Amino acid sequence: MASSHIVPVKTYLFVFASLLFLAALTTAVAFVDLGPLNTVIALTIAFAKMMLVVLIFMHLRHGSKLLHVVLIAGFFWLTLLIGLTLTDYHTRHWIPDPLPWSSSAPATHP
Amino acid sequence: MSEVHTKTSILAHQFENLDQQLETDTLGIWVFLVTEIMFFGGLFACYTVYRSFYLPAFEATSRVLNVRLGALNTMVLLSSSFTMAMAVRSAQTAKRNALMAFLALTMVLGVVFLGVKAIEYHAEYMEHIIPGVDFAPQGEILQHLSPGGLGHAQIFMCFYFLMTGVHAIHMIIGLGLLLTLLLRARRGTFTSQYFAPVEVTGLYWHFVDIVWIFLFPLLYLIGGRY
Repeated sequence: MASSHIVPVKTYLFVFASLLFLAALTTAVAFVDLGPLNTVIALTIAFAKMMLVVLIFMHLRHGSKLLHVVLIAGFFWLTLLIGLTLTDYHTRHWIPDPLPWSSSAPATHP
Repeated sequence: MSEVHTKTSILAHQFENLDQQLETDTLGIWVFLVTEIMFFGGLFACYTVYRSFYLPAFEATSRVLNVRLGALNTMVLLSSSFTMAMAVRSAQTAKRNALMAFLALTMVLGVVFLGVKAIEYHAEYMEHIIPGVDFAPQGEILQHLSPGGLGHAQIFMCFYFLMTGVHAIHMIIGLGLLLTLLLRARRGTFTSQYFAPVEVTGLYWHFVDIVWIFLFPLLYLIGGRY
Protein backbone atom coordinates (compact mmCIF):
# COMPACT_ATOMS: atom_id res chain seq x y z
CA MET A 1 0.00 0.00 0.00
CA ALA A 2 1.75 3.07 -1.30
CA SER A 3 0.29 5.84 0.82
CA SER A 4 0.96 4.05 4.11
CA HIS A 5 4.69 4.06 3.43
CA ILE A 6 6.39 5.30 6.60
CA VAL A 7 9.00 7.97 5.92
CA PRO A 8 12.02 8.02 8.32
CA VAL A 9 12.14 10.90 10.83
CA LYS A 10 15.58 11.79 9.45
CA THR A 11 14.06 12.56 6.03
CA TYR A 12 11.43 14.83 7.59
CA LEU A 13 14.09 16.64 9.61
CA PHE A 14 16.23 17.11 6.51
CA VAL A 15 13.27 18.51 4.54
CA PHE A 16 12.35 20.79 7.44
CA ALA A 17 15.91 22.15 7.66
CA SER A 18 16.01 22.64 3.88
CA LEU A 19 12.70 24.53 3.97
CA LEU A 20 13.92 26.87 6.72
CA PHE A 21 17.18 27.42 4.84
CA LEU A 22 15.32 28.22 1.60
CA ALA A 23 12.97 30.61 3.43
CA ALA A 24 15.96 32.46 4.91
CA LEU A 25 17.71 32.45 1.52
CA THR A 26 14.74 33.90 -0.40
CA THR A 27 14.34 36.65 2.23
CA ALA A 28 18.05 37.52 2.09
CA VAL A 29 18.20 37.56 -1.72
CA ALA A 30 15.25 39.97 -1.85
CA PHE A 31 17.45 42.67 -0.30
CA VAL A 32 20.02 42.44 -3.12
CA ASP A 33 19.29 44.26 -6.36
CA LEU A 34 19.49 41.70 -9.15
CA GLY A 35 17.01 43.34 -11.50
CA PRO A 36 14.46 40.99 -13.03
CA LEU A 37 16.41 38.05 -11.63
CA ASN A 38 14.94 38.82 -8.17
CA THR A 39 11.52 37.65 -9.32
CA VAL A 40 12.95 34.59 -11.08
CA ILE A 41 14.98 33.54 -8.03
CA ALA A 42 12.08 34.13 -5.61
CA LEU A 43 9.71 32.01 -7.69
CA THR A 44 12.32 29.29 -8.27
CA ILE A 45 12.93 29.00 -4.52
CA ALA A 46 9.17 28.97 -3.87
CA PHE A 47 8.80 26.19 -6.44
CA ALA A 48 11.61 24.19 -4.82
CA LYS A 49 9.95 24.58 -1.41
CA MET A 50 6.64 23.47 -2.87
CA MET A 51 8.23 20.36 -4.40
CA LEU A 52 9.83 19.44 -1.06
CA VAL A 53 6.49 19.75 0.73
CA VAL A 54 4.53 17.94 -1.99
CA LEU A 55 6.97 15.06 -2.52
CA ILE A 56 7.96 14.35 1.09
CA PHE A 57 5.45 15.88 3.54
CA MET A 58 2.49 15.09 1.29
CA HIS A 59 3.89 11.64 0.41
CA LEU A 60 3.56 12.09 -3.33
CA ARG A 61 6.96 10.46 -3.87
CA HIS A 62 5.38 7.22 -2.71
CA GLY A 63 1.94 8.04 -4.08
CA SER A 64 0.12 6.11 -6.80
CA LYS A 65 0.40 6.98 -10.50
CA LEU A 66 -3.22 8.12 -10.37
CA LEU A 67 -2.35 10.82 -7.81
CA HIS A 68 0.53 11.99 -10.00
CA VAL A 69 -1.79 12.29 -13.00
CA VAL A 70 -4.36 14.25 -10.95
CA LEU A 71 -1.76 16.73 -9.73
CA ILE A 72 -0.03 17.13 -13.10
CA ALA A 73 -3.44 17.75 -14.71
CA GLY A 74 -4.17 20.35 -12.03
CA PHE A 75 -0.93 22.20 -12.70
CA PHE A 76 -1.45 21.94 -16.43
CA TRP A 77 -4.79 23.75 -16.05
CA LEU A 78 -3.18 26.32 -13.75
CA THR A 79 -0.57 27.16 -16.41
CA LEU A 80 -3.39 27.46 -18.96
CA LEU A 81 -5.30 29.75 -16.60
CA ILE A 82 -2.36 32.09 -15.98
CA GLY A 83 -0.75 31.73 -19.42
CA LEU A 84 -3.85 32.39 -21.52
CA THR A 85 -5.02 35.22 -19.23
CA LEU A 86 -1.68 36.99 -19.66
CA THR A 87 -1.68 36.29 -23.41
CA ASP A 88 -5.10 37.89 -23.69
CA TYR A 89 -4.36 41.02 -21.68
CA HIS A 90 -0.99 41.66 -23.29
CA THR A 91 -2.04 41.25 -26.92
CA ARG A 92 -5.25 43.28 -26.83
CA HIS A 93 -3.52 46.47 -27.98
CA TRP A 94 -2.07 44.71 -31.02
CA ILE A 95 -5.33 45.25 -32.90
CA PRO A 96 -6.96 48.72 -32.73
CA ASP A 97 -10.50 48.92 -31.41
CA PRO A 98 -13.00 48.71 -34.30
CA LEU A 99 -15.11 51.81 -34.86
CA PRO A 100 -18.75 51.48 -33.86
CA TRP A 101 -21.25 50.84 -36.69
CA SER A 102 -22.92 54.17 -36.07
CA SER A 103 -19.71 56.11 -36.59
CA SER A 104 -19.69 58.28 -39.68
CA ALA A 105 -15.90 58.33 -39.86
CA PRO A 106 -14.43 56.07 -42.55
CA ALA A 107 -12.99 52.85 -41.21
CA THR A 108 -9.22 52.70 -41.27
CA HIS A 109 -7.27 49.52 -41.56
CA PRO A 110 -3.73 49.28 -40.26
CA MET B 1 -18.83 -6.55 20.72
CA SER B 2 -17.76 -2.91 20.87
CA GLU B 3 -14.43 -3.95 19.31
CA VAL B 4 -16.24 -5.51 16.36
CA HIS B 5 -18.49 -2.51 16.09
CA THR B 6 -15.48 -0.16 15.90
CA LYS B 7 -13.86 -2.28 13.21
CA THR B 8 -16.91 -2.34 11.01
CA SER B 9 -17.69 1.34 11.44
CA ILE B 10 -14.21 2.58 10.47
CA LEU B 11 -14.44 0.63 7.19
CA ALA B 12 -17.23 2.07 5.07
CA HIS B 13 -19.29 -0.71 3.49
CA GLN B 14 -18.46 0.20 -0.11
CA PHE B 15 -14.77 -0.61 0.35
CA GLU B 16 -13.03 -3.98 0.25
CA ASN B 17 -10.51 -3.10 2.94
CA LEU B 18 -8.88 -0.20 4.79
CA ASP B 19 -6.08 0.12 2.23
CA GLN B 20 -8.56 0.71 -0.55
CA GLN B 21 -10.47 3.14 1.67
CA LEU B 22 -7.30 5.10 2.45
CA GLU B 23 -6.35 5.26 -1.23
CA THR B 24 -9.81 6.55 -2.12
CA ASP B 25 -9.76 9.12 0.70
CA THR B 26 -6.35 10.31 -0.44
CA LEU B 27 -7.45 10.62 -4.07
CA GLY B 28 -10.57 12.49 -2.95
CA ILE B 29 -8.64 15.08 -0.96
CA TRP B 30 -6.15 15.55 -3.80
CA VAL B 31 -8.99 16.26 -6.22
CA PHE B 32 -10.35 18.76 -3.71
CA LEU B 33 -6.89 20.33 -3.43
CA VAL B 34 -6.76 20.68 -7.22
CA THR B 35 -10.00 22.69 -7.05
CA GLU B 36 -8.28 24.79 -4.38
CA ILE B 37 -5.32 25.28 -6.74
CA MET B 38 -7.81 26.61 -9.29
CA PHE B 39 -9.41 28.88 -6.66
CA PHE B 40 -6.13 30.42 -5.52
CA GLY B 41 -4.85 30.18 -9.12
CA GLY B 42 -7.51 32.66 -10.21
CA LEU B 43 -6.28 35.11 -7.57
CA PHE B 44 -2.65 34.53 -8.55
CA ALA B 45 -3.52 35.06 -12.24
CA CYS B 46 -5.35 38.31 -11.40
CA TYR B 47 -2.41 39.43 -9.28
CA THR B 48 0.04 38.67 -12.12
CA VAL B 49 -2.02 40.66 -14.66
CA TYR B 50 -2.29 43.73 -12.40
CA ARG B 51 1.35 43.44 -11.39
CA SER B 52 2.36 43.53 -15.05
CA PHE B 53 0.12 46.57 -15.59
CA TYR B 54 1.28 48.58 -12.56
CA LEU B 55 4.71 47.16 -11.80
CA PRO B 56 6.30 50.32 -10.26
CA ALA B 57 3.37 50.87 -7.87
CA PHE B 58 3.26 47.19 -6.90
CA GLU B 59 6.99 47.15 -6.17
CA ALA B 60 6.80 50.37 -4.17
CA THR B 61 3.76 49.28 -2.16
CA SER B 62 5.27 45.93 -1.25
CA ARG B 63 7.75 47.96 0.87
CA VAL B 64 5.03 49.02 3.32
CA LEU B 65 4.50 45.41 4.39
CA ASN B 66 6.45 44.19 7.41
CA VAL B 67 8.94 41.77 5.88
CA ARG B 68 10.29 40.64 9.27
CA LEU B 69 6.89 39.49 10.46
CA GLY B 70 6.26 37.96 7.04
CA ALA B 71 9.49 35.96 7.20
CA LEU B 72 8.76 34.97 10.80
CA ASN B 73 5.33 33.72 9.77
CA THR B 74 6.87 31.75 6.91
CA MET B 75 9.15 29.97 9.40
CA VAL B 76 6.21 29.36 11.77
CA LEU B 77 4.09 27.86 9.02
CA LEU B 78 6.92 25.68 7.67
CA SER B 79 7.46 24.42 11.23
CA SER B 80 3.76 23.62 11.53
CA SER B 81 4.00 21.60 8.31
CA PHE B 82 6.87 19.64 9.84
CA THR B 83 4.93 18.93 13.05
CA MET B 84 1.92 17.94 10.94
CA ALA B 85 4.04 15.48 8.94
CA MET B 86 5.32 14.10 12.26
CA ALA B 87 1.74 13.81 13.51
CA VAL B 88 0.80 11.69 10.47
CA ARG B 89 3.89 9.56 11.04
CA SER B 90 2.96 9.10 14.71
CA ALA B 91 -0.49 7.95 13.62
CA GLN B 92 1.02 5.51 11.13
CA THR B 93 3.27 4.07 13.81
CA ALA B 94 0.42 4.01 16.37
CA LYS B 95 2.08 6.37 18.86
CA ARG B 96 -0.97 7.99 20.38
CA ASN B 97 0.77 10.36 22.78
CA ALA B 98 3.17 11.57 20.11
CA LEU B 99 0.23 12.02 17.73
CA MET B 100 -1.63 14.17 20.26
CA ALA B 101 1.50 16.18 21.06
CA PHE B 102 2.29 16.88 17.40
CA LEU B 103 -1.34 17.78 16.63
CA ALA B 104 -1.37 20.19 19.57
CA LEU B 105 1.98 21.65 18.50
CA THR B 106 0.69 22.14 14.95
CA MET B 107 -2.34 23.97 16.36
CA VAL B 108 -0.15 26.18 18.55
CA LEU B 109 1.98 27.13 15.53
CA GLY B 110 -1.16 27.78 13.49
CA VAL B 111 -2.50 30.09 16.21
CA VAL B 112 0.88 31.87 16.41
CA PHE B 113 0.69 32.43 12.64
CA LEU B 114 -2.79 33.95 12.92
CA GLY B 115 -1.68 36.06 15.90
CA VAL B 116 1.26 37.52 13.96
CA LYS B 117 -1.09 38.11 11.03
CA ALA B 118 -3.47 39.98 13.34
CA ILE B 119 -0.59 42.15 14.60
CA GLU B 120 0.30 42.94 10.98
CA TYR B 121 -3.30 43.79 10.07
CA HIS B 122 -3.55 46.06 13.10
CA ALA B 123 -0.31 47.85 12.21
CA GLU B 124 -1.54 48.31 8.64
CA TYR B 125 -4.81 49.74 9.95
CA MET B 126 -2.89 52.21 12.14
CA GLU B 127 -0.69 53.20 9.17
CA HIS B 128 -3.74 53.89 6.96
CA ILE B 129 -2.72 51.42 4.28
CA ILE B 130 -6.05 49.60 4.14
CA PRO B 131 -7.71 50.41 0.79
CA GLY B 132 -10.60 52.85 1.09
CA VAL B 133 -11.30 56.47 1.97
CA ASP B 134 -8.64 56.49 4.72
CA PHE B 135 -5.92 55.17 2.42
CA ALA B 136 -2.96 57.47 3.12
CA PRO B 137 0.42 55.76 3.24
CA GLN B 138 3.27 57.80 4.69
CA GLY B 139 7.01 57.91 4.29
CA GLU B 140 9.36 56.31 1.82
CA ILE B 141 6.71 54.76 -0.37
CA LEU B 142 5.50 58.17 -1.58
CA GLN B 143 8.85 58.87 -3.25
CA HIS B 144 8.46 55.76 -5.36
CA LEU B 145 4.86 56.34 -6.41
CA SER B 146 3.92 58.26 -9.54
CA PRO B 147 1.09 60.86 -9.24
CA GLY B 148 -1.54 58.29 -10.22
CA GLY B 149 0.20 55.61 -8.19
CA LEU B 150 -1.96 55.84 -5.06
CA GLY B 151 -4.83 54.11 -6.85
CA HIS B 152 -2.52 51.35 -8.06
CA ALA B 153 -1.09 51.03 -4.57
CA GLN B 154 -4.63 50.42 -3.32
CA ILE B 155 -5.04 47.65 -5.88
CA PHE B 156 -1.92 46.00 -4.47
CA MET B 157 -3.26 46.31 -0.93
CA CYS B 158 -6.60 44.85 -2.08
CA PHE B 159 -4.74 41.79 -3.36
CA TYR B 160 -2.74 41.64 -0.15
CA PHE B 161 -5.79 41.64 2.10
CA LEU B 162 -7.85 39.37 -0.14
CA MET B 163 -5.16 36.75 -0.59
CA THR B 164 -3.80 36.72 2.98
CA GLY B 165 -7.37 36.94 4.29
CA VAL B 166 -8.59 33.94 2.29
CA HIS B 167 -5.43 32.13 3.33
CA ALA B 168 -6.15 32.95 6.99
CA ILE B 169 -9.70 31.59 6.62
CA HIS B 170 -8.18 28.34 5.34
CA MET B 171 -5.92 28.31 8.41
CA ILE B 172 -8.91 28.76 10.73
CA ILE B 173 -10.74 25.88 9.01
CA GLY B 174 -7.56 23.81 9.34
CA LEU B 175 -7.40 24.58 13.07
CA GLY B 176 -10.97 23.36 13.44
CA LEU B 177 -10.11 20.12 11.63
CA LEU B 178 -7.04 19.66 13.82
CA LEU B 179 -9.14 20.13 16.95
CA THR B 180 -11.53 17.36 15.93
CA LEU B 181 -8.52 15.14 15.14
CA LEU B 182 -7.08 15.87 18.56
CA LEU B 183 -10.34 14.92 20.27
CA ARG B 184 -10.64 11.73 18.23
CA ALA B 185 -7.00 10.86 18.88
CA ARG B 186 -7.65 11.30 22.61
CA ARG B 187 -10.48 8.76 22.37
CA GLY B 188 -8.03 6.38 20.70
CA THR B 189 -9.81 6.32 17.35
CA PHE B 190 -6.67 6.09 15.26
CA THR B 191 -4.56 2.99 14.78
CA SER B 192 -1.73 2.05 12.45
CA GLN B 193 -4.48 0.57 10.25
CA TYR B 194 -6.88 3.49 10.44
CA PHE B 195 -5.36 6.97 10.20
CA ALA B 196 -6.92 8.30 6.97
CA PRO B 197 -8.45 11.40 8.66
CA VAL B 198 -5.03 12.40 9.99
CA GLU B 199 -3.45 11.83 6.58
CA VAL B 200 -6.02 13.84 4.60
CA THR B 201 -6.12 16.70 7.14
CA GLY B 202 -2.32 16.74 6.86
CA LEU B 203 -2.57 17.06 3.08
CA TYR B 204 -4.93 20.02 3.49
CA TRP B 205 -2.64 21.67 6.04
CA HIS B 206 0.42 21.25 3.78
CA PHE B 207 -1.54 22.74 0.87
CA VAL B 208 -2.34 25.86 2.91
CA ASP B 209 1.37 26.04 3.74
CA ILE B 210 2.23 25.87 0.01
CA VAL B 211 -0.14 28.77 -0.74
CA TRP B 212 1.78 30.84 1.81
CA ILE B 213 5.11 29.70 0.30
CA PHE B 214 4.02 31.58 -2.84
CA LEU B 215 2.21 34.47 -1.16
CA PHE B 216 5.24 35.45 0.89
CA PRO B 217 7.65 36.20 -2.02
CA LEU B 218 4.90 37.60 -4.27
CA LEU B 219 3.56 40.07 -1.71
CA TYR B 220 6.47 40.82 0.63
CA LEU B 221 9.66 40.23 -1.29
CA ILE B 222 9.92 40.70 -5.01
CA GLY B 223 10.94 44.07 -6.30
CA GLY B 224 11.79 46.92 -4.04
CA ARG B 225 13.27 45.60 -0.83
CA TYR B 226 16.72 46.97 -1.73
